[in-house]
Amino acid sequence: MSFRAEHEIHKRRLGRNLGLGAVLVAFVALVFGLTVVKVTNVGQMQGFDHVVRPEMVPATEAGKP
Amino acid sequence: MSDAQAIEQGGEAGFGDYVALLKPRVMSLVVFTALVGVLVAPGQVHPFVAMTAILFIALGAGASGALNMWWDADIDVIMKRTAKRPIPAGRVRPGEALGFGLALSGIAVVMLALATNLLAAGLLAFTIFFYAVVYSMWLKRSTPQNIVIGGAAGAFPPMIGWVAVTGSVSIEAALMFMLIFMWTPPHFWALALFMNEDYSKAGVPMLTVTHGKKATRNHILVYTIALVPFALGAGFTSIGGPIYLVVSALLNAGFLWGAWRIWQRDETQAEADSYAVEKQVFKFSLLYLFLHFGAFLAEAALKPYGLGGW
Repeated sequence: MSFRAEHEIHKRRLGRNLGLGAVLVAFVALVFGLTVVKVTNVGQMQGFDHVVRPEMVPATEAGKP
Repeated sequence: MSDAQAIEQGGEAGFGDYVALLKPRVMSLVVFTALVGVLVAPGQVHPFVAMTAILFIALGAGASGALNMWWDADIDVIMKRTAKRPIPAGRVRPGEALGFGLALSGIAVVMLALATNLLAAGLLAFTIFFYAVVYSMWLKRSTPQNIVIGGAAGAFPPMIGWVAVTGSVSIEAALMFMLIFMWTPPHFWALALFMNEDYSKAGVPMLTVTHGKKATRNHILVYTIALVPFALGAGFTSIGGPIYLVVSALLNAGFLWGAWRIWQRDETQAEADSYAVEKQVFKFSLLYLFLHFGAFLAEAALKPYGLGGW
């Protein structure tokens, strides 16, 4: 049994909240999809960082400390 | 807002009211022209990126619509056509619409930049600024040429679509811009000829109010003539082709014929048949723009089969 009187305004709020929820979920899906597309289309990429990558150091300076 | 307040005031916005703030009908035109801009541009872009770009161009246009409704709430309440919009109807508070418009503008510009490039995002930001500030706040209430310059805001979407793919502006993008830019004045003035009552009540200086209907008829003819070279000219660039040229020639002949008929009439004739010709030309002008962009699309779609383009 409900103790609160239901008013049309509650239905409208529910609709608004559900709508906003759907928009947010869609936005998350969109950003995720965009990320996947950007990452897969950018070509060969090294899957690590914060380490020395000797192949990126110009050849003449490779031997210097 | 508490339940009691919301019920008393009879207005709390539903989801649809926020959608209405984005002017969905204007957005549908933006989606179409931006889509054409993306599809006819040379170069490859991932379909998901293209979809995202169009979505955020449309969202940016919608956001500028919300800002326009925030600024124009005082005149919207006077005009019959706009009195039921969410702000004048009391369902959305002006401050809410302002925040909504600004937030969505920011999201649209940033997301377009992330999805495509900075130039496209910059153009979108400029379009929003142009529509909300230059048109709505400045020109709309101060000059009868408001429609002419304000039309630029509606002309940007295909150019932004093009730039989203190519990263630069070119003659093709400029001609798509000019096509909508030059089409806007005769289109809206034809509408203003039979919607005069509303604009005069709200004190918006439409050409029909400030210079009279005879001057408006002259303007429609002159602008329609000036539109023709841009419409036909686009046919000789990389986005045009024989199909486009034929379609464009027929549509321009039709539009010129309509503008000529409007020019020849006076108010007694127009009132006698309740602006039948003006209404016809207004409807034709919608078809005119839709088919021009449809023809660009047809040329691009047929190109892989050796049929479209030059």
